[in-house]
Amino acid sequence: MPSSGATATRPRASEIALHGVTRLAAAAAGALLVVVVAFVVWGAVPALRAVGAARFFTDASWHPRSGAYGLAPMLAASALVTLGAMAVAGPLGILSAVFARYYAPRPVAAAFRRVVAMLAGVPSVIYGLWGLVVIVPWIGWLEPPGTSLLAGVVVLSVMVVPTVALIADGSLGAVPRELIRAAAATGMTRWHAVRAVALPSAGQGLATALILGTGRALGETMAVLMVCGNVVQMPAGAFEPVRTLTANMALEMAYAMDTHRAALFVSGLLLVLLVGGMVAIAEAVGGRGADA
Amino acid sequence: MRDRSLAPVLVVWTAAAIVAAAFAWIVGDVLWRGLAVVSPGFLASAPASGGRAGGIGPVIVSTVGILAVCLGAAAPLGLAAAVPLAEAGGGGFPRAVRASLDVLAGVPSIVFGLFGHLLFCRWLGLGFSILAGGLTLACMVLPLLVRSSEQGLRAARRQHAASAAALGLSRPAALLRVLVPAAAPALAVGLVLGIGRALAETAALLFTSGYVARMPSSFLDSGRTLSIHVYELAMNVPGGTPHAYGTAVVLIGVLVVLYQGAAAIAGRFNAEGGGTP
Repeated sequence: MPSSGATATRPRASEIALHGVTRLAAAAAGALLVVVVAFVVWGAVPALRAVGAARFFTDASWHPRSGAYGLAPMLAASALVTLGAMAVAGPLGILSAVFARYYAPRPVAAAFRRVVAMLAGVPSVIYGLWGLVVIVPWIGWLEPPGTSLLAGVVVLSVMVVPTVALIADGSLGAVPRELIRAAAATGMTRWHAVRAVALPSAGQGLATALILGTGRALGETMAVLMVCGNVVQMPAGAFEPVRTLTANMALEMAYAMDTHRAALFVSGLLLVLLVGGMVAIAEAVGGRGADA
Repeated sequence: MRDRSLAPVLVVWTAAAIVAAAFAWIVGDVLWRGLAVVSPGFLASAPASGGRAGGIGPVIVSTVGILAVCLGAAAPLGLAAAVPLAEAGGGGFPRAVRASLDVLAGVPSIVFGLFGHLLFCRWLGLGFSILAGGLTLACMVLPLLVRSSEQGLRAARRQHAASAAALGLSRPAALLRVLVPAAAPALAVGLVLGIGRALAETAALLFTSGYVARMPSSFLDSGRTLSIHVYELAMNVPGGTPHAYGTAVVLIGVLVVLYQGAAAIAGRFNAEGGGTP
């Protein structure tokens, strides 16, 4: 028995110290989430007191200096950019994973996985730069000004693909080989086996991939800040400039005071609840073995 | 297995081609526009006229300072926290810590910015500083460091626990003399990926480290990282785009070196049979 040797002797002081220190460190790491959320709540309280939670949703507009705190336009913008990006990145990411698992010759698959991993490592500010300098003028050529909801969707789509693809790839890899072989033995075509066998049995992991991709898109700041135009308005069309919840925080924290500043913390709190809720759902759905 | 019709093959290959093309396009764009700007002088000299001219010397110094603070705080804590998590068995405590860290890893970076601003800049009175920015990033990369350390330690334990016990080593001795050295490649990979994450970050630093582009003289000075410099030049400095690209090339270059290094370490580690970090 490997461990009996250590427990047979009496624990030494160094052993107790090590146990204590490492447990404390683990507890501190585990508590950090609570601390982060607590500070955001603390920052938000003055606004929640002075304005009330309801008015953040019912006020017609966002004019903090004249006492209007409606987050609705920004919530709508965040939701639309995220949904648009996921409509592209969801299928593209899952198809990428299918490609790497079942379609690509081995060396191509290895190279492709590397590309996806590197795409995941590209800083968001560089996606933003590319969007601003390359994508925005193209969209502006179709319909000015170019900085728009659509630009946000395009840039975010590319950004979120690796998140979806990496997790989906991992969960497809966890599908038992025998299942695929059995499907092959029945004479199924490859595509049929992917659709009827591989994708359903990786279902939980794929759901995780989509949920975490959505969380990533919703929480992204720099790229949307740089390409969406940042006009606070209800999105009326794909070519309209919009301001997301995250961009609003990044833009206004620099000069916001008092209730206005606290209101930004309220939007931060809202974002934490939304994204944290998604991660918690992904966690509950399972597919943890799937993270690549 | 084969496909009878060409359509699915076409769909799957097209999807992959789009992803690869997007990567090539973004990186190619940055290289093409940025490489023209980069020179030894660009790396060494201070920005002039808001960044349109001059270089990025002080920005590099600030970036290194912020990374040093970040790793100095997060690496020891991450390793220590990983020790109980990597132990056999488990129960409620490790599971709760892991779940909490998973959620923390998903918290948007701008929220870390709000948190760091309130805790480090205001509450602890550090102001906009390299110290505040680095500590904020430390909180952000902690989940990654804990997880990679945990996996490395667990793989090392699988391999070496029996021999450590056979040698009659106490648990601290086994940890420090056997497990940590055996897990070193995995720990190194985690560290490198953590550096990559920290380098890529912008939003969490906007209102913690600030964006002063002067040469910092202490950790309490505000300092601008490469990422923030790219943002500032692209968005807030008319005519700043060329140097934004120059800075972006430097950023990408460093990241590529880091990731290649991590891949090389991980490759050797796996070849030795240590398990996936």
